[in-house]
Amino acid sequence: MVERRPLLTFVAHAVLIIGAAIVAFPIYITFVASTHSFQDIMQVPMPLLPGEHFLENYKQVLIGGTTTGSRAAVDRMLLNSLIMALVVPIGKMSISILSAFAIVYFRFPLRNFFFWMIFVTLMLPVEVRIIPTFQVIAGLGMLNTFAGLTLPLIASATATFLFRQFFMTIPDELAEAARMDGAGPMRFFWDVAVPLSKTSMAALFVIQFIYGWNQYLWPLLITTDESMYTAVIGIKRMIVGGDAANEWNLIMATAMLAMLPPALVVLLMQKWFVKGLVETEK
Amino acid sequence: MAAVSIRNVFKSFGAVKVIQGISIDVADGEFVVMVGPSGCGKSTLLRMVAGLESISAGEIAIGERVVNDLEPKDRDIAMVFQNYALYPHMTVYNNMAYGLKIQGRPKADIDKRVQRAAEILELSKFLARRPRELSGGQRQRVAMGRAIVREPKVFLFDEPLSNLDAKLRVQMRSELQALHQRLGTTTLYVTHDQVEAMTLAHRMLVMNAGKTEQIGAPLDVYAKPATTFVAAFIGSPPMNLIPGRIADGGKALASDGDVHVRLPEARPAFDGRNVLLGVRPEHFETCEPGAALLSPDIDFIELLGSDSLVYGHLGADKSGVRMAARLHISMVAKEGRLPLRFSAQHMHLFDPESGKRLEA
Repeated sequence: MVERRPLLTFVAHAVLIIGAAIVAFPIYITFVASTHSFQDIMQVPMPLLPGEHFLENYKQVLIGGTTTGSRAAVDRMLLNSLIMALVVPIGKMSISILSAFAIVYFRFPLRNFFFWMIFVTLMLPVEVRIIPTFQVIAGLGMLNTFAGLTLPLIASATATFLFRQFFMTIPDELAEAARMDGAGPMRFFWDVAVPLSKTSMAALFVIQFIYGWNQYLWPLLITTDESMYTAVIGIKRMIVGGDAANEWNLIMATAMLAMLPPALVVLLMQKWFVKGLVETEK
Repeated sequence: MAAVSIRNVFKSFGAVKVIQGISIDVADGEFVVMVGPSGCGKSTLLRMVAGLESISAGEIAIGERVVNDLEPKDRDIAMVFQNYALYPHMTVYNNMAYGLKIQGRPKADIDKRVQRAAEILELSKFLARRPRELSGGQRQRVAMGRAIVREPKVFLFDEPLSNLDAKLRVQMRSELQALHQRLGTTTLYVTHDQVEAMTLAHRMLVMNAGKTEQIGAPLDVYAKPATTFVAAFIGSPPMNLIPGRIADGGKALASDGDVHVRLPEARPAFDGRNVLLGVRPEHFETCEPGAALLSPDIDFIELLGSDSLVYGHLGADKSGVRMAARLHISMVAKEGRLPLRFSAQHMHLFDPESGKRLEA
């Protein structure tokens, strides 16, 4: 819109600034709370400016968790979360790009049947199938393991579906040209299909990284050992009993730490992410 | 280089018969154009030669080898696709080198071939670019380069120029011709464009509905179309086909008892027979009313500058047979009857039932 109406511009900006402030305020409060001592933030009203205990609080949670609630160190949790948030998207993409490739480029009996079978799992997110999944993982002895943490989340159709849709937009002639050039199916996969899906993969990675990082219900169920806690679960375990019993300054510090990596991933991969969602290199 | 021999080839997709028994022997170094309307099966036939479609029946041989069951890569051919099918993420250089790399050729050899192809096609400046940074004509050249570097026995072109604008098409057409002269590789070329077919082909294969209508040199096909289909397909505007019965001892064409057209040369053998009389629009000449063989009523005139296209009809009213004439005179808007004549060598007779050419 090209309009030159100063008042309108002013109002528009004011609304946007207020909106942004409303969204950002809780995060600011979280940050402020994480920089005060326990005594300070229990005062009413709570201070609205950063305090002096920033380093102290973050050091405490990273090394020893809270003093009254869970004592699990947050650095270990962050590592667990990172492993989970990396294994889920990478595992998911490797499986689904292969299955999508098979479904699009190979003719085999019941091809469509298999595609729909995969597709149907879209309707069954982890939460819906959580009891049987837990039963299976427990039966396999995978409680408190990374395999148990990630495998059930890897198996899903979202990415398969996305790659299938992408592969279908690659012109048939490209596959035929590769065939004329003497490239076998897997050669075509590595030399053409994979490089062309780079942007889709980047977008998928960002989405799935955040999905893996933010998992709550599943890790809550299958991790009982402190050393397997993820950051999100760690926060939950720090909250014990009534309001006064919780060291909110330390919990808020953990929350800040837990928010950081997804934000970084989005920030760093923003360019690729947007490209993957809107543009195809064809 | 090698000859290509297509022997009584059939192709069906389920119950649909796409190709119904086509045979042609393409000589070593020959440029054969397969031409026909869309859906006539010409691309399918080419893809069968390429190995991208299976052959339902019949045999295709490249050189001495029957290639029915060979993978495309083992047939020693190269194909250029209509939409170029360049690898979008590779540079021009890599697009051309890809096939050679897969063959496992030494780097120096690949480089030599790519540089040479780039030179022939004037692509040397663009080797580091990606396809999307190129214009349509340049992409087309890269696609040709990809074919050239492999030094195949046979080139296959599937409507390579139809994605280009009209001006570029003319330019690329002459480049293609020059390229063929330079390399002398056996070439099969599919197009629906009769001008491309006429200008490029040593011989053309006119196809319709999966069958061969005619095989021959472009000028022969133009001068002696074997069927009404070919007559109407080759030439623009298409050949006039005037239905009627040969009458008057073979000297005239009549319909409903009225003489429409007097023939420049008597065909007594066909007297009393129903025929289609074919005359190309460009073979008409104006003449004195007394010498006229036919005098159509003018409906309207299109002035093209160098020529005039006159559209008219034969017979009493507008429901009569429509016809067109291309005259090398500039016609001023005119109404009424236009006396026309044509010479015997430009007269074609076809059987109205089978559409086949009738020879005297």
